[in-house]
Amino acid sequence: MAKRLSVIDVDRCVGCQLCIYACARREGHAGTEGARIDVRSAGGMRRGFVVIVCRACDDPPCARACTTGALVPRDGGGVRWAADQCTACGACREACPFGAIQRDSEDHPLVCVYCGTCARYCPHGVLALEEIERSDDAAR
Amino acid sequence: MLPGDPLARVLTIDLSAQRFEIAERRDLFEESLGGAGVAVRILEEECPRDADPLGPENPIVFAVGPLVGLFPLASKTVAMFKSPHTGNLGESHAGGRSATSIRLAGYGAIVIRGASPSPTYLVIDGDRVHFRDASALWGLQSSATVGRVLREREAGSGHRSILRIGPAGERRVSYAGVITETYRHFGRLGLGAVFGSKRLKAIVIVGRRSLPVADPVSYRRVYDALYEAATASPMMRKYHDLGTPMNVLPLNELGALPTRNLCEARFDGAAAISGEALAEGFLGRRLACSHCPVACIHLAALRTPHPKEPYFYKTSMLAYDYELIYALGSMLGMGDPTSLLLLMDEAEAQGLDAISTGVSLAWATEARERGLVSDQDLDGVRLAWGDGVAYRDAVRRIVSQPTDLYRALARGVDAAAAAYGGEDFALAFGGNEMAGYHTGPAGYLGFLVGARHSHLDNAGYAIDQKRLATGLPAADDAIIDEIVAEEEWRQVLASLVVCFFARGLYTPDVTRDALACAGIEANEARLREIGTETLQRKWAFKRHCGFDPASLRLPERIFETPSPSGTIDRSVVEAHLRQFAERTTATPP
Ligand code: SF4
Ligand code: SF4
Repeated sequence: MAKRLSVIDVDRCVGCQLCIYACARREGHAGTEGARIDVRSAGGMRRGFVVIVCRACDDPPCARACTTGALVPRDGGGVRWAADQCTACGACREACPFGAIQRDSEDHPLVCVYCGTCARYCPHGVLALEEIERSDDAAR
Repeated sequence: MLPGDPLARVLTIDLSAQRFEIAERRDLFEESLGGAGVAVRILEEECPRDADPLGPENPIVFAVGPLVGLFPLASKTVAMFKSPHTGNLGESHAGGRSATSIRLAGYGAIVIRGASPSPTYLVIDGDRVHFRDASALWGLQSSATVGRVLREREAGSGHRSILRIGPAGERRVSYAGVITETYRHFGRLGLGAVFGSKRLKAIVIVGRRSLPVADPVSYRRVYDALYEAATASPMMRKYHDLGTPMNVLPLNELGALPTRNLCEARFDGAAAISGEALAEGFLGRRLACSHCPVACIHLAALRTPHPKEPYFYKTSMLAYDYELIYALGSMLGMGDPTSLLLLMDEAEAQGLDAISTGVSLAWATEARERGLVSDQDLDGVRLAWGDGVAYRDAVRRIVSQPTDLYRALARGVDAAAAAYGGEDFALAFGGNEMAGYHTGPAGYLGFLVGARHSHLDNAGYAIDQKRLATGLPAADDAIIDEIVAEEEWRQVLASLVVCFFARGLYTPDVTRDALACAGIEANEARLREIGTETLQRKWAFKRHCGFDPASLRLPERIFETPSPSGTIDRSVVEAHLRQFAERTTATPP
């Protein structure tokens, strides 16, 4: 079964951004560039935070918006990015209602690979890697 | 330093000429790491010896270090300047997102020179610097509004830091602070007044880049060890659960909680304003600095009714810390938590350093009781222990300065006592108002000999507590050595720049391994050398500004109110000070 990242308890988020650093570290460097997850305040830190992650949609609008076939729907939900097909047009980023597709310095989309690294470094139990269970599976 | 690491880049912004330049200064960062070590050297270069702290010639230096952006808890920015409060070394540290934003914008240090002819704010976004008109922001009643406006107006949400001043900085109160991310502060020694003198309302710094590491595999290994140690350490729980206010009850129990201008050292209202009581009654949220798992920042949710409209309430979120509870709480006899939180909110809106504000008001309250100052001097505010409404009125007047007394209070308790008397109970050391530790002689020596006259310089109070716990004598010849050794090591942490709460994690060996990931070789001996050198440079700067340890004033009050280490003996403290003065006349590097 496919896995996806899930924000299980956003109220516990303290805005430490360790998840962002963890995702960026997968690329073999430090800093925050290249991370596929984002955390920002919900209009000032007094209101808490929004954690922006790929929801691994069943019928991903980003893949539908991609005209070159660079975003391929994954079995069970979500997408995979095919670098060689991508023209860095940005249509996928526009299409995601959550703003969950980040971009690199050359405007390529940065798409979650559902590895769960960020969740392992969240000290406050906000994130988890979950099996995708589709309630509509049976109906399909 | 690794190729491609932007640490050595120093951005210098000239507000007078509205120009900026970027210089590569490997020399500074290779020899002194970053943070305090580098900042004091830039200050030496940039700040003329006779600089007027509020003149355009006084530079502001911000510096971060090699571990920022790489490792957890390397989360602080060091600011250095000549202090308008003490007339010598000005240094304060803040976290929030300031350090990571500076480092990930591609700089190791940022220097602000000159003064703008009209109110300005700066936006630093990678290699671009924008000078923006801040005339509409100048004069806003609350520092929080400035943040709200800039948050909406500028880009980079989540990956930026917004440093700003409140009305106190604009009006150059000598202990006005700079606020970052609403809840963190460059609080002490008047950086806010220096911003105000430059008509600099705010700085927005946006940073989101990658940083190279020497070897990704060992980087992850060192990272994981640090992360695990941090999250498993008792430090994490302690600072996360109650935060620094956990100290209120133990210090009160010990008889070390300065109360009513240190007329006493135990507060009958301590339980109501303790970390436990505030958490149970008000805790609404915890926050962390960027790249810190601990999340020690505690916000109280305070619901207050509208003064006129029925069934109308507003909820404010206010950060509280031990030092605020002491300075605006026990020191002023404020045992009602709601009034205390409202007073904190006022100091925050004005952009004042809470410790200096509280200690100044404590002196003023006692001075009024003793008839040294009149109600007319106080512009009709009848200061009295525990009267939150009066204290809020006085806080606003420290900023608006309607009388000579408030003009003096706006320069701190030393200035006020020099004009009105009452020096015996004016609780500042080296010109800086005391922090909340009446623990014994080492605590006070720490305030006196610390380069910033801050409790965090060397934590002398912790030496008292340790000696109390182990039954050692409170003061023997070793304490000055212990204090200086601690202050030297803290220079290393402040150069890296690691949060002092994580000092137990960043041992010399761990620090060496972490630095190796950034391509910097430094064993324990080298680190200690950097610490010693940095502290000597600070002392040299202070001497150049005319500071003389022999002229330090010791207010009688600290020898009157018994401490947990017993009644402190003036002659013992004076003897240690002489010992210290001999040390610091050593030749500068
Ligand atoms: S699951 Fe993996 S790729 Fe996706 S945001 Fe987390 S660390 Fe990044
Ligand atoms: S690591 Fe967890 S607590 Fe920290 S910002 Fe990410 S989601 Fe929030």
